[in-house]
Parts: sequence; C-alpha cells; structure tokens
Amino acid sequence: MCGIVGLFLKDKSLEPQLGAMLTDMLITMTDRGPDSAGIAIYGGSSEGYAKLTVQSDTPAEDFDKLENDIRKRVKGKVAMRVNDTHAVLEMQADQIATARAVLTEVRPDVRVMSHGESLEIYKEVGLPRDVAQRFAVSSMTGSHGIGHTRMATESAVTTMGAHPFNTGPDQCLVHNGSLSNHNSLRRKLRRDGIHIETENDTEVGAAYLTWQMQNGATLGEALESSLDDLDGFFTFVVGTKDGFGVVRDPIACKPAVMAETDQYVAFGSEYRALVNLPGIEDARVWEPEPATVYFWSHNAAPTAQEKAA
Amino acid sequence: MQTIDLTEVGLRETNKMLHAQAADTNQTVWEITNARGAHAIACGLDAPIEVTVKGSTGYYCGGMNQQATVNIDGSAGPGTGENIMSGKIVIEGDASQYLGATGHGGLIVVKGNASSRCGISMKGVNIVVQGNIGHMSAFMGQSGNLVVCGDAGDALGDSCYEARFFVRGTVKSLGADCEKKEMRPEHIEILTNLLKEAEIDADPADFTRYGSARNLYNFDVDNAAAY
Repeated sequence: MCGIVGLFLKDKSLEPQLGAMLTDMLITMTDRGPDSAGIAIYGGSSEGYAKLTVQSDTPAEDFDKLENDIRKRVKGKVAMRVNDTHAVLEMQADQIATARAVLTEVRPDVRVMSHGESLEIYKEVGLPRDVAQRFAVSSMTGSHGIGHTRMATESAVTTMGAHPFNTGPDQCLVHNGSLSNHNSLRRKLRRDGIHIETENDTEVGAAYLTWQMQNGATLGEALESSLDDLDGFFTFVVGTKDGFGVVRDPIACKPAVMAETDQYVAFGSEYRALVNLPGIEDARVWEPEPATVYFWSHNAAPTAQEKAA
Repeated sequence: MQTIDLTEVGLRETNKMLHAQAADTNQTVWEITNARGAHAIACGLDAPIEVTVKGSTGYYCGGMNQQATVNIDGSAGPGTGENIMSGKIVIEGDASQYLGATGHGGLIVVKGNASSRCGISMKGVNIVVQGNIGHMSAFMGQSGNLVVCGDAGDALGDSCYEARFFVRGTVKSLGADCEKKEMRPEHIEILTNLLKEAEIDADPADFTRYGSARNLYNFDVDNAAAY
C-alpha cells in the first residue's frame, strides 16, 4: 500500500494554503499506511542561501547551542529554526558541505533529512495527522510539496525509513511499491561511494537517482534509466526546486491519479485524496501512463511527458 | 427516488439499505450523492434496482453485483465491478485498473477509457469500452466479450481461453497465445447486440476479433526443457 500526495501550485495566491491542502490530502490517505508519514515542502529560498534540515531523537540536547557550534566553523550567518524533532539550519549555500562535516563531528546522532535552497523535509513515525500536527505542516507556505504515508514492507518502521528521501540538493523522492533488487543495487552503489544509511528499498531508489545525476544525467534521464535498472513495483513522485515529476513502473499496479486545473497540478494514490481541492469537479483528472515520465516545472510551460531538464 | 448522502449516512449504512431491497421492492431507483471517491460503494447488490452514484468512486464500486444497475456519474477507481455476476454497471467517465476482474456475467459499459488489466480473468462478463483500454487486458480471459471502440494496449488477451475480444482501433501488442480471428456472421451478431445494449453507436463491421490460438491448452513435449 502506502499513500502518496503531491501538489504543485500554478496560482501563487494558493501558496499560503499549501501546507493545509497537503495535510488534508495526506490525512485522507492514512488507511493506505499508518506506520510513518513525511512531507517535503518547497518553501522558497533567499539568494545565495541554503537550508539543512536535520533531525534528532533527543532534540532538547542535540539542538541546544547547535547554531553556535556550526556558526563557529562556517563562514557567514547561520540561523536555526527548531520545529519539534527537526531543525532547519540556514546558511550561505557554499557552506552546506562544511556544515555537514561539522555536524557529524559535533552531533554524531543528528541525521540530515534534506539539503537545498528551498526544500525542507519533515518525517516521523506515526499517523499522518499526528506527524503533520507536531510539525504544524498546515501553517507552512510554499510553491509545491509532496507527502507520503507509509505501510512498511521492506524495512523497519523508523524515522530514517520514512519518506520522503532527499536525493540531490533540493531533490526528494517518495515511493509506493517495493523494489526487489535493492540489496544488490545497494552493494553496487556503496562500492561507487554513495552513502546509503538504512536497509530500506526506497533509500536505494533515491540513492540510485543521486548516483545517476552525479554522473551527469538529468533528473528526467535518471528516471528514464530507473525503468531499466530498478526491479519491482513503484510509483515514484519526485520533487525538484522548481517542480515535480511522476513515473510508474511498466506494470503499474500501484495506483495513481492526477488532476490539473489552471491553479494546480495534484497527485494522489487515490481520487479520495483530491476531493477537497478547489475546482476539482471541473479539473482534468487522469491516470498517469505506465513507464512514462511526467514533469511540471515553474521554469517552463507545464507539460506532461516532458523530459525533465 | 431514494437519495442517500454518503457523507451523512456512511458507507456501511448505505450498503445495508441497498442490500435490504428484495426482488419485489418498490424502491427501485436510488441516488447516492457525495461519493467523494469512497471505496466499495453499492457492493454486493442483489435486487433489480437502479443505483446512480453522483461523482467519482474509489475501489470496487458495484463489486459482486447481481441483477442491479449501477450508474457511476464520474470516473471509477480500481476493481470496479469485480466479480460481477449479472446486472449492469455504466461508467460515464474513465475506469481504473482491473475493471470487471473475474466477472461471471452481466454488462459493464465505460463511456471513457479503461486502464490496465481491464477484464482480467473474465469468466462470462461482457465489457464495452467506448475509448481505449490499457495493457494486459483480459489476461487469462475465460469467457465473455470485451469490446473496445478505441485502441488496446500491450499484451491483449495474454494466456486467454475462450473470451472474445473485439477492437475497432489498433492493438499495441497481442499477449501470448492471442491471435487475430475471422469475423463470422455470428460474431457480427454478438457485437451488434452488445453495442446496442451498451447504447454505443458504432459499426460492427469496423471491428477486428481476437481470441485464443489454443496453443497453450495442451502440453507440448518440445517445451519440456523449459520446465
């Protein structure tokens, strides 16, 4: 099972409601997977700055003076926003790599959820309603976002096994399905120096896309090649700084419904997730085709089946 | 006409009310509003009633249907009309995957497109689709007719038995042991009746028939090494 929702706003006036709309969509999908939930939100960026979203099981201790400890070692300003078990560290974009290295040293138990100019990922074990509430997702604004509720099959129910997974900068992946060749692919990717933390299948899918893109592929090309190299069932929704994409495996037994109006493009594992969206009655609603990459971007005219740039 | 607001009444109560209708019920026309993609709407009906669902439905609408007519005034989710025994389901919009799976009888009409695995393991149901159908449709189809006024996707009729497939448009590929067949007068007659019953205006002469080549029916000793 697992439930996926995604929302890409074309109409800027809806941006203050993005978090609330995504939360509502995700809660509707609760019975597709009650184990853990997560949300990736593209909340906007400031020129030259980037964000590192981190998580700790003991936030009171780990986030105490973390801002100062990082600031001592990186150039420029560092600002920290704590949100329950997560914290967003904002700093100069060119200092992110240094900050990650410092973090491993000063707070070895703190995990990086995401990095990028716009992206923030929040995820925890629990029901979508509870997870959304603890991070106050409803009050978040942004241009687009992706949510996931998990029914675990391939690995343990943990924060690190929850979706979305961060792939490259500002890139994230959620997955409904199960990959069957994740063990062999994990070994191969680790040999190539790709960091994979858990025994989770989706993390391998995310790492695979990262690896492809490090070797020069565009996100669209990486998704296309995933159709050849990943064995198993998947409906993937990927987020990038400017847009989001959808791809289903050729067998396409994992459900997917999309809706588009002048105001938004929405994705749901089921139509139920979309019923409260404005103007859904008159939206174009369809099922994405198997083995076809769909992509919408704020940078270009939103067209389906366009190869991602 | 009886109208049920699904969000107010709830799914179990709604289905319970429909199940309570006997063969000689006077309440023959029902309308369900606020479907909102809910699962299992109007499942397991067994009375000559007509139920119209306003809006799109989720999984398994009209599943196991007997006698009743279920109209879906919207699009239908996965497994709609699964194991239909008799009666009729009419979908105004599109149908998701495995429409009418394992259906034993009755008729399903789709005014839009049907997705993958349409009529998988069909056992006597008739399915008429005005648009296109997806891949692996009628996989292991045993009996009944699948009529497609548009195009069929990959692997139509893979490993089929005696189900018949009539396609007006193109077939992307045929599944294992499925082949093009001659359209004889009896097939024109079956198709004419199905199109009429489905209230779809199409010329039977424009369709091509496909069905089992019957090569998988018996063990072929030349394939012994494959096992």
